[in-house]
Parts: sequence; structure tokens; C-alpha cells
Amino acid sequence: MRFQFKTSYNQDIRLFKDKVDASWYGLLAVAVLIVPALMSDYYVGEATWVFIYAIGGISLMALVGYTGLVSLGHAAFLGIGAYGHAYFLQHGVPWVVSVTLAVAITTASGIVVGLPALRMTGIYLTIATLAFGVIIQEVFSRWESVTHGFAGMPVEKPTIFGVPFHDEWSFYYLCLFFLVLVLWMTRNLLRSPTGRAWIAIRDSEIAAQSMGVNLAIYKSIAFAYSAGLMGLAGALFAHKIAYLAPDIFTILLSIQFLLLVIVGGLGSLHGAVFGAIFVALLPPLIAILRDSIPASMNDAAAAMNIKLLAIIGEGIGNFLKKPGVEAGIFGLILVLVILLEPLGMYGRWVKIRVFFSTFPMYRGATFKRQKSYMRSERLR
Amino acid sequence: MLIYKATELVNFAQGDLLMLGAFIAYMAVVWWGLDYWLAFLISVVTIGVFGALLDATILRNVIGQPQFAVVMLTIGLGAMFRTFASVTWGSEIYTLPTPFGGVWQVGGVTLSHQYISIVVGTLVLCGALYAFFNHTRIGVAMQATSQNQLAAYYMGIPVKLIFSLIWAISAGTAAAAGILLAPVTLIDINMGLAVALKAFAAAVLGGFGSIPGALVGGIVIGLIELYAGATLPDGFKDTAPYIVLLIMLAVRPQGLFGTLARKKV
Repeated sequence: MRFQFKTSYNQDIRLFKDKVDASWYGLLAVAVLIVPALMSDYYVGEATWVFIYAIGGISLMALVGYTGLVSLGHAAFLGIGAYGHAYFLQHGVPWVVSVTLAVAITTASGIVVGLPALRMTGIYLTIATLAFGVIIQEVFSRWESVTHGFAGMPVEKPTIFGVPFHDEWSFYYLCLFFLVLVLWMTRNLLRSPTGRAWIAIRDSEIAAQSMGVNLAIYKSIAFAYSAGLMGLAGALFAHKIAYLAPDIFTILLSIQFLLLVIVGGLGSLHGAVFGAIFVALLPPLIAILRDSIPASMNDAAAAMNIKLLAIIGEGIGNFLKKPGVEAGIFGLILVLVILLEPLGMYGRWVKIRVFFSTFPMYRGATFKRQKSYMRSERLR
Repeated sequence: MLIYKATELVNFAQGDLLMLGAFIAYMAVVWWGLDYWLAFLISVVTIGVFGALLDATILRNVIGQPQFAVVMLTIGLGAMFRTFASVTWGSEIYTLPTPFGGVWQVGGVTLSHQYISIVVGTLVLCGALYAFFNHTRIGVAMQATSQNQLAAYYMGIPVKLIFSLIWAISAGTAAAAGILLAPVTLIDINMGLAVALKAFAAAVLGGFGSIPGALVGGIVIGLIELYAGATLPDGFKDTAPYIVLLIMLAVRPQGLFGTLARKKV
């Protein structure tokens, strides 16, 4: 186990803990940079999805994981960003300006939603954002002069300063660039007074207020920042999906983003990225399993001469082919994560790391939480 | 909203329990050829027991964690129920035959027995629940549990049992609502979601944790929807309730009848 002797505050808020830490991230960066050279276009495309979801995840993480405001309306922000960007592009606005405008619009809408949110807490806020999501989805389908309603809206491939980003791998690098930018920005924000104010609000509003944190301002900033990032994710999303329709941006997508944040691990940027990997790669994984499980079970059955195995394999394959199973699997995983590992994948990762770094001395109760009784939220 | 009253847990799977209830009633009536009332009873009891089991096995573990964990948990459960329903019953749309076939003519207005059955059913349910909560020992115990678990526990209230009971009652109510609704909305796997979203709007409008509030909220939402559909341009019918909800939340977050106080330090 490496011990760090911190001698100054600046050391405490450094981007990387120490040189070893930094070199691991450097290694990761190299790996991510050379990956497209090794993989087929399909997998590069899937990796791009991971990056886009990760930007969205960081957006929601800032709001849910750090400020403690739960939103069920983030699909609406994603949609505003996507439609705004597509609309400006259609009208011949240059790419960079268009993205900036889309992000600005989403930020503004975030502030608008955030304003009533200042008076609400907990579940009321969740339901208010839910209502916002439903309204915006209806707007997408009705405001046909801009969104083209259910007829859909094609999005052209991005061209920045005359440089085309048309194929999978160049778009991969574009998304990677934005992901790194967003990670860096968010990390900086979180180690600044703003980030500490957010965390204080999450942990106890009353305590934060007593310490002089202006709840209204910091909650508004959180909403605006989160919405703005979601707008950026939306702009990239629009390019990736290439064809916008109102029924993409439903409450189910909002739930998927929340799932991402929770499965990844609340209150950590790592968690947002882990969650994005999970959410973006699970559907293709299910699709692959759908075909490979019956086949491999069949082979096993033939090899071992057990008929039952083949029948079970067939059954699993058929089950995975039914419509709606994917949502159910997401639901099951969500339930399991909340019950067994409330800190998500990142929490599990930290536990494993601590286990090995303290190897023979690991105490089972290191991460045990205190038992708590629930008090009425109405009086909170 | 019933569950919130007692346990302060918000159940996003309520709509899906409603859907399951309707499906079970459908099975009982159409596949097994049972009487409508018997099917009603079977469905409500089954879903009620199921709700209690859910509480005992899954939801009890997250008590004491932030409310948000429960919200996500019930969303996950809801998704599982929907998948279960779509695998079991497919995605077809079913109609539930009911004994309420006729119509009444009241002062020139034609009222079908279907709608009357819904109104009467709702009134009876709400009346019964209201009386139960305010005038029985168990009901009062539930309120006490809601306000402070620890204190309730010290007073000798079996908190765990009460929780299971609350879930059973709430799930059973959802099933009953599903059966009442079935003739109007038809039964399919997504009937729960739409109803649940509106029900949340109603619950918030009326103020969480208040049964008369929920009823009034439901009526207001229904009326808004009706008038918006009749007078405003197309598209406002579905969004008007939510717009009203947003304004309502911004102006008076505690709802019409709710109570919301800040913790004293």
C-alpha cells in the first residue's frame, strides 16, 4: 500500500494522486488512442456510443451524484441539444458555432427548469423533471417546423473547419476529445469551491446553508452545467444516430441515464464512465448472447450427449429474443446493484483494490455502513 | 400514494402492479371461466400477497437509504414486471368482459354502467382506505410508523409487519384499480406506465401523503385533461396536466393538502 503524505492543500486537490496514478492514466490514454487501429468499424462505433453515454453520464453525475438532485428529465435536455444542433446545421451554421449554440440553449433550458426546482426537494423535484421531460417530448413531436415531428429529421455527418469527420474512427476521436475535455472540466469544477459546495448540498442542505453556501445559486449552477453537458452529448448523439425522431427521447432514456449513474457508482466520475461502458455495451452483448448461447449449448450437448443442455440453451435463446426482455434485464441489474452494491461498479472496484493493497490485513467491516432508521422526509 | 403515506417510499412500480392485477383478472375470467367478482377477489388478493412478499424480500433492505434508492429500485422492479408480462402474455391487447353492460339515462345524459362502476369503485375504495387509516388501530399504527419508525418501534408497533401490510394493501388497491380501469383502457403491458405517470401527477397535485388530496388531485388532473382536449389545440391534452403540475410545484410545492416543513435544527 502506498501512503501519501500530504503537506499542502494544493497537493490534496491535484488532478492525479501521485506519479504512479498519473502513469496509469497515461497508459489508459495510449490504449484508448490506439484501439481503433486494432478493432473493426462495428466495435469502434460501439466504443463511440460509450463515449457519448459517458458525457451524458458525467452530466447526470454532476447533478445526481454530486449535488443530490435527482432528475428524470435528462432525455429532454439530450433531445434539446440534439434537435438544436441538427436544426442549426440544417440552416448552414458552422459546426463549432452550432454546437456552442446547442449547448447554450440547453444550458438556458436547464436554468429554466432549475428555477422552480430551487423550491423543491427530493421526490418532488424528480417528478417535476419527469413532467418537464414529458412536456418536451410532446413539443418535439408537435413543433414540426423545427423538428419535423414523427417524420424524423436527418442529421448530416460533422465537418469541422473543412475537416470531415465522416467515418467511424474519426468520429471516435472527436467523441474521445469531447469526453476528455468534459472529464477535465468537471474534475476541475469539482475540486473548486463550486464542487465542494455541491457536495455539501448533497450531504446536508441545512448544514451547507449554515456554512454560507447559497443554495439557490449553486443548485442553479448544477442544473445549468448538467444540462449544458447533456446538450453537448445530445449534439454528438444526433450525429451518431443520424436520424432524430421524438420517440427516442422518452422517459425510458432518462431512466437509462439514471441507471448508468447508479450502476457505475454514485458520486464518482469513474462511475459515470464505468456505467457508460455497461449501458452502451449491454444491448449488443445481449444480441450476441442471443445467438451464441443456443449454439454453444448445442455443441456442449452434442459433446457430452446430454439432450437437456440443448433444450435449456434453446430456451434461453428464445427468451432473449422476446421483445422487452432487454428492459427487464436492465431492471434486474438495477435491483441487484441497489441491493448488493449501492456504490455501484466503482464502489466494488475500490473495495477490490483496497483488499489487495492491504492484503492480509483487510477487515471485512471496512466499508460497512452504519445502520440507520428512517426519519420522515417531510420534516427534513 | 398509499405507500408514501406510510413508509415514505415512492413506488414507481405501482402502475405495473396495476397492469399485473388486470392481467390476472383477465386470466381468471377468460381462461378459467370464473365469475367476475371471484376474479376480482383473486386478483386483488394475489397482488396483495405479492406486494407483501416484495416488501419482505427486497424492499426492506433499502430502508434507511436515501429515498432515491427506492425510486430506482421500484423503477427496476417495474421494468422486470413489464418484461414478465410481455413474455407471459405477449404484447397483444386484451379486453376484459365485465358484468356492467347496460346504460342509464339520467336527464338526457347517457351514462354507461362501465363508467359508473369505476366512479363507485373508486369512491368505495377511497372511503374504505380513509376510514381504515383514521379509525382503526392498525391504520393509526401505520401513520405512526410513517412519522417516526424508531418511536413507533418503541411504542410496541411491529414495524416490519406494518410495512408488509402497507405494501399488501397498496398493491391490492393497485390491482383493484387495474381491474376497474381495464374495460376503458384495455389491457396491455404498457397500460400501467401511462396511468402511473398521471397518478403521480395527481398525487403531487393533491399533496403526497393525503388520501383526500390524492382524490381531489386525480379529479383536477382528469378535468384539466378533458378541457384542454376540448378547447386547446391538439397536443395539449396530454401535456396540460404536466404543465399545471410544474406550475403547481413551483408555486406551492407541498400540494393542495400536503404538509411540508423544514427540519428544525
